[in-house]
Order: sequence, then C-alpha cells, then structure tokens
Amino acid sequence: MNAKKWDKISTLTLYTIAGIIVMILATLLIYILVQGLPHVSWHFLTTPAKAFQSGGGISIQLFNSFYLLILSMLISVPLALGAGIWLSEYAPNNWLTSVIRTAIEILSSLPSIVVGLFGFLVFVVQCHLGFSILSGALALTIFNLPLLTRNIEDALRSVDAAQREAGLALGLSRWETVVHVVIPAALPGILTGIILCAGRVFGEAAALIFTAGQSAPPLDFTNWNPFKITSPLNPMRPAETLAVHIWKINAEGIMPDAEAVSAGSSAVLVLAVLIFNIIARWVGNHIYRKMTAK
Amino acid sequence: MNDKIKAKLLKKSRAARTEQRGKFLSTTCIVLIIAIVIAIFGFIASHGLATFIVNKVNPLTFLFTSNWNPTVMHHGKPEVGALPMIIGSFGVTFLAVFLATPLAIGAAIFMTEISPKIGKKVLQPVIELLVGIPSVVYGFIGLTLIVPFIRHLFGGTGFGILAGTLVLFVMILPTETAMTVDALRAVPRHYREASLALGATRWQTIYKVVLRAATPGILTGVVLGMARAFGEALAVQMVIGNAALLPENLVSPASTLTSVLTMGIGNTVLGSAANNALWSLALLLLLISLLFNLVIRWIGRKGEIK
Repeated sequence: MNAKKWDKISTLTLYTIAGIIVMILATLLIYILVQGLPHVSWHFLTTPAKAFQSGGGISIQLFNSFYLLILSMLISVPLALGAGIWLSEYAPNNWLTSVIRTAIEILSSLPSIVVGLFGFLVFVVQCHLGFSILSGALALTIFNLPLLTRNIEDALRSVDAAQREAGLALGLSRWETVVHVVIPAALPGILTGIILCAGRVFGEAAALIFTAGQSAPPLDFTNWNPFKITSPLNPMRPAETLAVHIWKINAEGIMPDAEAVSAGSSAVLVLAVLIFNIIARWVGNHIYRKMTAK
Repeated sequence: MNDKIKAKLLKKSRAARTEQRGKFLSTTCIVLIIAIVIAIFGFIASHGLATFIVNKVNPLTFLFTSNWNPTVMHHGKPEVGALPMIIGSFGVTFLAVFLATPLAIGAAIFMTEISPKIGKKVLQPVIELLVGIPSVVYGFIGLTLIVPFIRHLFGGTGFGILAGTLVLFVMILPTETAMTVDALRAVPRHYREASLALGATRWQTIYKVVLRAATPGILTGVVLGMARAFGEALAVQMVIGNAALLPENLVSPASTLTSVLTMGIGNTVLGSAANNALWSLALLLLLISLLFNLVIRWIGRKGEIK
C-alpha cells in the first residue's frame, strides 16, 4: 500500500503548490488593482504630469505610449508579414534557412536593454535622430520583429495545404495564392499575434529609456501639425511612455506622490494588457467564426 | 508578325512578374531582419571590445577582479573589474529559477494531470495575463511591497540580491508555468493510459512517465526563464540597490550587468573609457544570452532523438 500512500501525499502536495501559486498570483493582481485603481480617474488620465508637485496625471505619457505603439506597428507589421511569408512559403529546406531561423531566434532572446542600447547607438547617435519617437519606434520594431514574424509564420503555416494547391491549380502564381488565399484564411491567427505583440510593446520600457528618451515635454493637443515641436504628432520630439514614467519617477524620487502615480499607472498598464488579451481572444474566435460561417 | 508573336511568347506574363515582385519583397524583409541581427552584434562588439583594444585592459582582469571604477584611471587603465555585476546577475538569476522551478512544475502538473478543468478555465487565463504584465510593474511592486518587507525582517535598506531574486521569481513564475504546461500537454495520452493500465498510481504515472517524457520541454522552459531573468533590466535595477560591490550577503546593496547599464549609459560620454567599459558589459550580456539560446537549442535537439 506504499504506492497508494505516496499517491495521496503527492496529490496533497500538488494541491498545496497550486494553492500557493494561485495565492501569489492573485495577491499580485489584487494588490496592483487595489493600490492603483483608486488613483485612476478621468482627471488622472487627462492631466499632464507634474515633476515637483503632487496631483499630476499621465495624459502625455498615455498618449505617447499609444503613438509609439501605432508607429512601431506600422513599421513592424509589413516587415514581419513579408518575412513570415518568406519563411512559410518560399524558404527552401537547406542550411541557409536554418541559419536564418537561428538568427531570428537569437534576436528574440536578446535582452530588451541590449536592443535599447543598439537603438541608442544607431538611431539616436549615428543617424542623428536624437531622443525621439522615431528612434523609439525603430527600437521597438527590432524588439517586436522576431516574435511577430514567428506568430505570423505559424498562422500562415496552419493554413491547410489543400488551400494552396487549390489556388495553384486555378493557375494563380505562388504570390497570388498567398495574397488571395492563404493570408485571408490565416487572418484570425495573424491578428491575434499582432494584438498580443501590441500588449508586449505597450509595456516595454528598457528598450525605450535610451531611444525615446525619459522626458515628456508639454504638448498642445489642439495643434495637429506634425512639423510643430509641441504637436502631439511630431515624431522627432522626445517621448516618455507610461512604462518608462513608472521607472523614472521611482528612480528619481523627487515627485512627492510618486508612489500614488506609479500605482495608478501600473493599474492602467495591467488593464491595458488585460484588454489586449481579451481583444486577441475575441478576434481569434469571432472573426474566425464570421469568416468560415461555422 | 513572327517577331511580334515571338516577343509576346518570350515576355514574362503579368502573373510571373507579380510573382517575382512578391518574392523579392518578402526576401527583402527577411534579409533586413538578418542584417539587423548582424548589425547588433557588430556594433555592440566593436564598442565592447574597445575596452580591451583601445584601453588595453586585460580581459581576465575584466572578468575576475572586483574593483569597478571606470572613471578612475589606474596606471593609465580604467578600473573595470566586472565580477560584482557578474556575480549579481548570476546570483539573482539562479536563485529566482531555483525558487520558481519546483512551484512552476507543481502548478503545471496540477493544471494538466490533476484538475484540467480548473487549470484551463481559471489558471490558464490568469497566467496568460501575468506573462504579459510589464516588467516595470513587477519592479514597482518589488519597491513598495518586497523591499519594505525585507527591511522589516532583516534590517538594513532592504535593497539587494534577495529583493531582486523575489521580484524575478514572481516575474518568471508565470512564464515557466506556461512553458511547463505546454510540455506536459504535448505528452501523448496513450503514455498515461499504458502506465495506468499497468497498475501504476496517478503519482507513479506522473513521476515515472509524464515528467520523464516532458523533460526536454520542461528544461527549455527553465532555461527560457533563466534567460528572461538574466536580461531583465529595470525591474531588477529598481530593487537591487545599485552598488557595484561584491555582495556581502543577500540583503546588502548589489548590482547586475543590466542595472549598471541602465544607470550608466546616460551619464557617460560616448567613446570615453568609462563608456567603453559599459559597452563591454553589454557585450558580455549579449554573449551570455547567446549561450542560453545555444543551450535551449541543444536541449531541443536532445529531446528530438527520443
């Protein structure tokens, strides 16, 4: 009966471990939300930050986060789509392809601070872009490309080979088959991948502190001319994002209500990630059902 | 007339030209990504090696001595002993993985073997959400929850290896759990059925069959967690205390490769000895993350043969 006793003991142990983990993770989430949500108000979301007084908000940082996200997605999605198509449709089965796959894997495993330092060296210093949204968006693109490429490749690969054969049998070229048959069929998977990557980019800070900078100059939200320095759309202005803001005010420690502002910002970041996850799930299920009429 | 037909026959069709253009476009994208990887290694290596080539520091001095004062010139060379940061980085990484792995494996077994229903409906979404939480948020929690707690328990400032370890532990726990769950789910169902049919208990099946079959996948998850912990910059920088000294104990201020980089790059002039020393740290970080990658590939190949 020894084996049975062990079975009982181990089951109990596993329940305990699962309990501990649930406790840790639940405490974490509840702590973030309970600490942060009371500070989140319309006023908090729409007031600019104050460096030396309390009562500041996060409006500019929030805008910067979204602007950087959109800009870097505009650059990285077409690139990742092209690379994903090459890997899933054109890649010959030889050593060169395996080297290329290895290189992409290495890129995805690089610490984000290394990506940030590279961005600082190349975009900020060598290309004279300075600490700017453009430098930040390019660094985020490098950070984002490998994972996005892999997601898109997986989505393309999961399309049935019969679909490709049908396209080719109708006399379409390979490229036309990809554009008109494979990509539409893989769209739910591609969108899910893009949204999940967007969540990751939204919270990234280490790649940005030396590229997009750590300051958020005041913006004039009535001036939408991208060539004016106070315009929110100007891509050459330094732009501190929400995640960088949390790090910055805690590292500097001159803002009197830094803790309250960071708690509020953390809650906003976690909610944003939650929303991205929910949208990704919804897109995966809903669009798939709509397109396949299942 | 003949020539016209000949020209028409020899000309590429519209479809062929679209095909060519499309293939060219997608090839360009992949070439660009490869160029970025090469450029990252090239740029960081060229700056990182300057410490050893331009400032003539012995690489062994860099790796194995513990005086980090890159702005101070000592006999014409900057004092760049990176040992405190190397120990700090490996210390927090291994301790965090050591704490997280048993819990992650236990939770993953619970989710796949014992209560798949709760696992899928409750734990899976929570873990997915936690994997996506930005690392600065973990750093902030470390700063407001873990550091005061350690200060309360052990005295001192509360900053140090222990605080860094705990923050990284919480950070990699969801990542490792998610990877282990995938590895356990990949074990074919008939393995379990065969074992149970032989009269093994559930625990015997888990321990002797499922865990053995999933070992490569679990190891990959562990190394991936390690790589993530090793490369994490801001969350660790916020709680480790940022003193480039050999840590005396787990609760004295220390530093890691990433924390020194985070603090220093903005405060030094590009091309100076102090700046070169920082790039050498970045190069070291790059090489170690490359090493983690090689280990993961090696484990993957070992797992394939079975």
